[in-house]
Amino acid sequence: MVSRKVGRRRFVAGTAVASAALVAAPFVRSANAAGKLSVGFWDHWVPGANKATEALVKEWAEKNKVEVSMDFITSQGNKLLLTTAAESQAKSGHDVLAFSTWLPSRYADQLVPMNDVMEPLIKENGAVNGTVEYLGKVNGKWLAVPATSGSQIKGPCSRIDLLKKHAGIDIQAMYPAGAAPKADAWNLDNFLKAAEACQKGGNPFGIGLGTTSDNVDTAGALFHAFGAQLVNAKGDITVKSDPVRQALDYYKKLMQFLPPDVPSWDDASNNKFLVSGQGTLIMNPPSAWAVAKRDAPQVAEQLWTHGFPSGPKGRYAPFLPYFWGVWNFSKNQSAAKSLITYLSQASSAEKMTNASQGYDLPAFEKLTTFKVWAEESPPKGTLYHYPNPHNHQTLSIAAAPAPHKIAEQIYTQAIMTQMVVRYAKGEAMDKTLDWAAKELEGFSRN
Amino acid sequence: MADVAARNPADLSTQPRSGLHKLMQRKSTIAFLMALPLILLITILVAYPAGYAVYLATLNKGMTRFVGFGNFEFLFGRDTFWLVVYQSCLFAITAVIFKAIIGFVVAHFVHNIPSKGQRKWRGMLLVPWVIPPAMSTLAWLWLFDPSYSALNWLLGFFGIEGIPWTGEAGWARFSVILVNVWIGSPFFMIMYLAALKSVPEQLYEAASIDGATWWQRIWYVTLPMMRNIIAITALFSLIVTFANFDIVRVLTAGGPLNSTHIFGTWAFRVGIEGGDIPLGAAVSLFMVPILAVAATFILRDITKRGSEV
Repeated sequence: MVSRKVGRRRFVAGTAVASAALVAAPFVRSANAAGKLSVGFWDHWVPGANKATEALVKEWAEKNKVEVSMDFITSQGNKLLLTTAAESQAKSGHDVLAFSTWLPSRYADQLVPMNDVMEPLIKENGAVNGTVEYLGKVNGKWLAVPATSGSQIKGPCSRIDLLKKHAGIDIQAMYPAGAAPKADAWNLDNFLKAAEACQKGGNPFGIGLGTTSDNVDTAGALFHAFGAQLVNAKGDITVKSDPVRQALDYYKKLMQFLPPDVPSWDDASNNKFLVSGQGTLIMNPPSAWAVAKRDAPQVAEQLWTHGFPSGPKGRYAPFLPYFWGVWNFSKNQSAAKSLITYLSQASSAEKMTNASQGYDLPAFEKLTTFKVWAEESPPKGTLYHYPNPHNHQTLSIAAAPAPHKIAEQIYTQAIMTQMVVRYAKGEAMDKTLDWAAKELEGFSRN
Repeated sequence: MADVAARNPADLSTQPRSGLHKLMQRKSTIAFLMALPLILLITILVAYPAGYAVYLATLNKGMTRFVGFGNFEFLFGRDTFWLVVYQSCLFAITAVIFKAIIGFVVAHFVHNIPSKGQRKWRGMLLVPWVIPPAMSTLAWLWLFDPSYSALNWLLGFFGIEGIPWTGEAGWARFSVILVNVWIGSPFFMIMYLAALKSVPEQLYEAASIDGATWWQRIWYVTLPMMRNIIAITALFSLIVTFANFDIVRVLTAGGPLNSTHIFGTWAFRVGIEGGDIPLGAAVSLFMVPILAVAATFILRDITKRGSEV
């Protein structure tokens, strides 16, 4: 090996050349220069729906040189709920996490304000509905951004043939594909008559009265249709009111025409009931239809998703948004916000909605007319009215407008469905209201 | 017995012994060191969470201030809480009684099967106990389904109207107890079978010579000989049944109308699903005094048995 001695002059010259080359070279960022980001998404029911989210995140990560790790956490067995609770206690975990309906307000003190993300998004994609604002914005502060993935309307999904056969209702004419609804006659009185006719015909409506989300959401929308509030926005207990009595009376009549085991139904019961071919109508996002498409195509061909019946105080449908939020212990908050902004663009939302076969629903006004809803079949146009494209109904959440801490308890403890079952099973109205008032009093504690 | 392990006598005479050296030579020290990993494990997995639960139960709903016994006082005023207390006691006591009776009867049947075929029966009868309860409860959930289940189909076959197994409070309580009994009976069976096998045959022979009937042999020979094992098994099962979660959670989720909630499931509903962690912790802590009484009985019984031996 030949060794060359480096003299002083040669060293100075060499160093000067190297320095010049470094200054003149363009700025090249190394991979992952913008740090790391850990994201916990909701694990989608629809097979393959996670792939769109995964691809979008990878695209963003590549562009921004951020090393992203993703977890898709199932809500089965409350795993996502437990993860959120654990991360909140440990003050450590994902930077970005999917928060279900009530969780942004529950963890309000631990979430980074998202006004700087939401305001431009609203300008670009249109306003969000009142329910999203109620759930995601507290004291003028956006706690989280409504996520496309997982957000849903739990409207009626009916059998075209059975509704026509038993109740003489042409639901496709009422809710035509590609056009505004002509559903003035679709009110609670006619809904009750249809429920009775279908029950007598051997294919009852499948409306659960258990304690899980699907059951509570339907009860919430029907209570809203009567203007029935258990607790008002100020936190006053208003359960002993005429609208609440009317709602209970209505439900008591309706319950006679439902299957006898509805008090024990969970979120899967209504789906099974429809897919088995027994039921005429359930309240669900299009997951039941998607399952029927796979397992019972003859049932799927007859399914039509449409709007809620209207009541004395209007037409309400339950809207359940998921949110993406950033923990205040996140070490890369700017990257987290950038990712959420990217995922909330119209093009990203459309990709997610397509991958979920129309299940996912962006919360923004201008994002309710994607092609997928008009084109999904069978039958063609079955999902056209699912995203409420004509603002035909008010999107709502059970227990609103009560203060969040109380509303969340009303919702999770299923006070409304419990009231309905108690009263329908023969308990005196006043006793049911007293019971509810006592429970609500307990929820008001700090 | 000497508490010092055997050492080299030469060492004893020549080397001065340090305090630490002496300590390390003690059997009790060695025993403690060997048990230390387990003690640490219990401290981390049992003592710390239990202490943390006590701490949580003393906080307000927002977990921002100390409220002492405030959560417990609040619970005493709730109707749902007393319903949960009633249901927990009903669930645990009824299930343990039936598990003990079924286990006792089946153990006798198995004991009387010729030893050649007994192993197969023992294996088969243990199946409900070895399947993870969450899975077998799921199968029961399908069996109880009022619309599509085999049970209601069978009833319909005989012209009997279907039963809302999980849809009506009384039937729902029956269903959760039934599943618990189905899962837990094999444990009783195997414990009782072991006890039966240890009863000396001579006692039965002597009883027969004295002209004892079948019932008298059970009452005066079998039961006294099995007394300790029956007590321990029943009390152990009582603890496990009180602390049950999976069966109720999978089968009814506490419904209808909270009629099947037990401490574990209601604590989960209030604490995790409802976001009131301190109240959830307070609910779960109500199991402690009940289980502590049961544990005291077990320990007393074990001590008693030890002294008898």
